[in-house]
Amino acid sequence: MLRDLLGLVINLDLLDRYGWRFLDGVVVTAQLVTISFILGGVLGLLLGLARLSENLALRWFSGAYIYFFRGSPLLAQLFLLYYGLGSLRGFWTDVGLWWFFREAWYCALLAFTLNTAAYQAEIFRGGIQAVPRGQREAAAALGMHNAIIFAKVVFPQAMIVALRPLGNELILMVKASAIASLVTIYDLMGVTKLAFSRSYNFELYLWAAVLYLIIVECIRRLWAVLERRLTRHLKMGESQPVQAGWLSRMTKSALKPNA
Amino acid sequence: MYKTLLAAGICILGMTSLASAQMKKEIVIASEGAYPPFNFMDSNNKLQGFDIDIANALCEKMQVKCTIVAQDWDGIIPALLAKKFDAIVASMTITDERKQQVEFTDRYYRTPLSLAVPKDSPIKDTSVASLKGKTVGAQSSTTQSIYAEDTYGKGGADAKLYPTQDEANADLANGRLDAAVADKFVLVEWLKNSGKDCCKLLGDIEGTMSEAGIAIRKEDKELKAALNKAIKDIVADGTYKKIQDKYFAFDIY
Repeated sequence: MLRDLLGLVINLDLLDRYGWRFLDGVVVTAQLVTISFILGGVLGLLLGLARLSENLALRWFSGAYIYFFRGSPLLAQLFLLYYGLGSLRGFWTDVGLWWFFREAWYCALLAFTLNTAAYQAEIFRGGIQAVPRGQREAAAALGMHNAIIFAKVVFPQAMIVALRPLGNELILMVKASAIASLVTIYDLMGVTKLAFSRSYNFELYLWAAVLYLIIVECIRRLWAVLERRLTRHLKMGESQPVQAGWLSRMTKSALKPNA
Repeated sequence: MYKTLLAAGICILGMTSLASAQMKKEIVIASEGAYPPFNFMDSNNKLQGFDIDIANALCEKMQVKCTIVAQDWDGIIPALLAKKFDAIVASMTITDERKQQVEFTDRYYRTPLSLAVPKDSPIKDTSVASLKGKTVGAQSSTTQSIYAEDTYGKGGADAKLYPTQDEANADLANGRLDAAVADKFVLVEWLKNSGKDCCKLLGDIEGTMSEAGIAIRKEDKELKAALNKAIKDIVADGTYKKIQDKYFAFDIY
């Protein structure tokens, strides 16, 4: 029954032959993007902080890194890593890293991580700079430690600004990850190309487009949840009347010290 | 702005109608350009190779003006169907799957599949059992990729597919692949040049002799007849042999 309905919109023969492989492809794409985005986020945050550092060497290094990785195509970076560094087999065997550079999967992961780190670094830098100076000064005046100021005061507020651009970057990464198929990885695009080369049926590219769309839609929804969570203190008045009452009482008492 | 768009649109319309109406006097032929010695880019970024010479000889015989363009392998059949060009002379093996999409002329050469391996490889022969647990590379969307996936892959090998043969060769030289499967002559050519230090030919794969033909759209019956006649003619008058001797020391027809 469900099958008959499905048959109205998609080619069932193709579905039987390639359905599971497409799901595998979605999983591979999701893993590749998730892992590299998270690792890239950690590296990006460090680079973003280095950009704002008072140390000239750090500023210079992170500036050069971002300049290179944002300024050259991801495809070129991937090929440099995969074919360029991959050709130095003797060297990698000597340093015990050949197992890493042998695998297309690790090479792609590394290339994507390094690339997204550059973009995320700029997003974090912008977010951190958008936090008003007074916030830091006030926290310092309360005697807070620098690390605590960053973790409790600056970073949460920077994230409100950074969240949307980060979501953008993640969505761009999902789509850019299709180039992993060029270095033998069977991600969603790799599977699509494989299935297409066997059947020459354009419908398969439509499947791929829809599956990418679904991934992006999931991210969009996840980001909406994250944003609500991060900005919940800004909306208390509207959505949480009990706490709003508590807040306004606090505010009133704070405004009228003599009351 | 609107006028410019309109003018551009009329231009494109004009060009396409011209191309379809005048197939007889002027045809566009596509090749890949990454499959030496059959088709490759020379240092001036011009297409060269056995396929290109054959295509030019055929055009001369048919007395039509030919333009030869380079097209990525993965999209070469869809582009033919979309009328970006009229024929594919790119060492395309005649297969049943492709025949459902395009029409083929008679063969213009024959080749078996072979395996290339690193010089110190422990792989003894080209049998499925010998490749079990090994990584086998091939160019995607080709007969050898189907062989790598369906025969070696089902026998327990890991099949890796590359957009071009050059990339599969590079990974064999890098040591990422235990073996590369491709047309014999392509491997022989590579092993004569950049692959000579790393790798060797293991041998032909039994039962894989296949024919390369020229792909055209199904409706172009006249072009098919003309090409078939031209192939017969160049084989008969020695032109074919002259071209063949430029690239190979043996008969490939």
